[in-house]
Amino acid sequence: MLEVNHLKKYFTTQKAVDDISFRVERGSIFGLLGPNGAGKTTLIRMITGIFYPDEGSISFKGKPFDPEADAQHIGYMPEERGLYKKMKIGEQALYLARLKGLSAADALEQTKLWFARFEMQSWWNKKIEDLSKGMAQKLQFVTTVLHRPELIILDEPFSGLDPVNANLIKDEIFRLASGGASIVFSTHRMEQVEEICSQIILVNKGQKILDGSVNKVKQDFKENLFRITASPLPAQLPSALMEVLQRNEDTLTIRINNGHRPNDVLRYFIDQQSAVQSFSELLPSLNEIFIKLVEGTSLSRQFQPTNA
Amino acid sequence: MKKIGLIIRREYMTRIRNKTFLISTFLLPLLIVVLIAGTVFLAIKGKTNHHIAVIDQNGYFKDYLKSDSSLYFDFSPGIDTLNYSQKNCSAVLIIPQLSEGQKTIYRLKYKKQLGLSNISDLEKRISTAITDHLIYSRTSITRARLDSIRAAADIAELQTYSDEGKNSRASSQGFAYGIGYVCGFLIYLLTFIYGAAVMRGVMEEKTSRVAEVIISSVKPFPLMLGKIIGIGAVGLTQFVLWIGLIIILTMIAYGLIPHDLLQEVGNIQKANAMGSAQVAQTSEAAQQIFAIKQSVTNTNWFLIIGAFIFYFFGGYLFYSALFAAVGSVVNEDPQEAQSLLLPISMPIIFSFIIMSIVVQDPGGSLAVWTSMIPFSSPIVMMARIPYGVPTTVPYWQLALSIVTLAGGFLFTVWMAGRIYRTGILLYGKKPSWKNMLKWAFRPR
Repeated sequence: MLEVNHLKKYFTTQKAVDDISFRVERGSIFGLLGPNGAGKTTLIRMITGIFYPDEGSISFKGKPFDPEADAQHIGYMPEERGLYKKMKIGEQALYLARLKGLSAADALEQTKLWFARFEMQSWWNKKIEDLSKGMAQKLQFVTTVLHRPELIILDEPFSGLDPVNANLIKDEIFRLASGGASIVFSTHRMEQVEEICSQIILVNKGQKILDGSVNKVKQDFKENLFRITASPLPAQLPSALMEVLQRNEDTLTIRINNGHRPNDVLRYFIDQQSAVQSFSELLPSLNEIFIKLVEGTSLSRQFQPTNA
Repeated sequence: MKKIGLIIRREYMTRIRNKTFLISTFLLPLLIVVLIAGTVFLAIKGKTNHHIAVIDQNGYFKDYLKSDSSLYFDFSPGIDTLNYSQKNCSAVLIIPQLSEGQKTIYRLKYKKQLGLSNISDLEKRISTAITDHLIYSRTSITRARLDSIRAAADIAELQTYSDEGKNSRASSQGFAYGIGYVCGFLIYLLTFIYGAAVMRGVMEEKTSRVAEVIISSVKPFPLMLGKIIGIGAVGLTQFVLWIGLIIILTMIAYGLIPHDLLQEVGNIQKANAMGSAQVAQTSEAAQQIFAIKQSVTNTNWFLIIGAFIFYFFGGYLFYSALFAAVGSVVNEDPQEAQSLLLPISMPIIFSFIIMSIVVQDPGGSLAVWTSMIPFSSPIVMMARIPYGVPTTVPYWQLALSIVTLAGGFLFTVWMAGRIYRTGILLYGKKPSWKNMLKWAFRPR
């Protein structure tokens, strides 16, 4: 659906995007992660045709990306939301849909459909200034997807939303993805990514530092941590086999040492006449992986001449 | 390019439907009329009556120096340079013995300024008084006889015609002056009003952050151009409404003129058409109405309105593009816009000042040159055109002015588009002039 190859964008004081490649499959939900100032927004602006890349190529639906013609197949919700404050909401939605190339009749039909779905019909003649922040956010989401885009780019779509409305939007994202739309979801909130995304990349300082499915990334970064609940606990816990990190009544958090497998631990417990009630692997959360990877690099990017 | 139509429509419709549009369309002319009437009223009413004490050592100024409501000369004896202000005089005029063949200085001492026009009026009256005195003392003519000769001499009247080759057209300098001034002033005013509207529109899009959403659908250049054209169309709509308003008001005013007065006007018209050079015995009011009517019918309105629309739109495009560029680089703080606006408003204000000179000398070299330069041509040329094309403004000047203005606005729109493209998505520090020029002229 979308393929990005060796994309570069240098500003006078920053290498905002420095050689990033990835692909987004049709119908997938793709997470674009990174700390503040990592270059996510610049990357997105190149995919939406707002910026020209300095180097590299973007292909969209198997053809080289043409910002002018492909704009109608892309829906973009920027992080900094914005709509015309003094324009009536219904007209505004129609206007944005028509700018994306919908005919007047089609735009009206889609707008009515989406307003009904989000129970916003009574807003039609109101203005943005009459809406709460959450309501404005919902409207912004609707205007992003009105024109049936095949690629939807959402930059921090849940910021400022209460859990009910966040769930509403989340369900819509799943529904749109199952309908064949590809979704690029940019955020620095990891817990949302774990729930939603199938594929992620992690960007830091303009470079890609991680790429893969959520599950694979977790497997790559797992540290052989397990949680075991058993009673009574064996009197001796051999340190050659495992290291106890935490002890909480009958529950232990352990790290199995290299060269041993989970079965070895279980066998030891059974041999010691200890009744195992539960045994599970502790995979790292994306949050932990994120912090581990980004930590140590200076958090705020330094200004540097790029000679570009 | 279908999208630019949508943008123009939005900009136009949201403004036309706004109440402030209706209010400004009908209130602004009213305000201007009230303002002009008020100034004229104050100028007439507020004319102070100056009492001037005269100490005359010649003895004849008492007979010849004429007093009226603006200057009153007090010859009462006993007034001197020390006590004139106690006697309600604001100044004292001291005329020593004048002798022939040499210049003698007479002096005016004042407690209160008389003003420039009163001073020149005073000089004229003094010199008339001296002339009168000399005529009566050297010749045997009586005063009554000279007055009757003067009255009898008032028998010729100037009618100016502009020579247009085959036919010539009666013209009125005063009328052309008025129309020229009004046109120049209107363009000046509209350029500012609608230029600022463009800037505010751009700033609104930037600060409400809707710009990024729109620019993911449309390129920045059509967005800017659509805004400029849409708001310009609002300006033209307003202009057309004003023309309509003027026509209606004129018709109402014409309807209020009494019937017999109109008949008199008709008589003058007939006499004039028959080539009779004699101004028939008619009332002054009828003659005035006739003069206005003739000026109106002899003015080439199609040319003036057509030129107005071109120069309004050309000048508007030229300047509003610059206003748009400024709007795109400033942030929430309107203070930031001030310093950037100065270099844009200065040429507009200068053009207005030049226009007020040019309208009195529409054929001079200042007029010719400033109506070629696109910075000033919209305002200056519009003040010259009512004097007549191709007499006052030859065709080549008009053509050259149109070409340079068109070239000028193409250039500013192009340059502004490049600044706008970068500025509209840039938040944070206001860029310097150097940065903006770099954005405008870098290769891509």
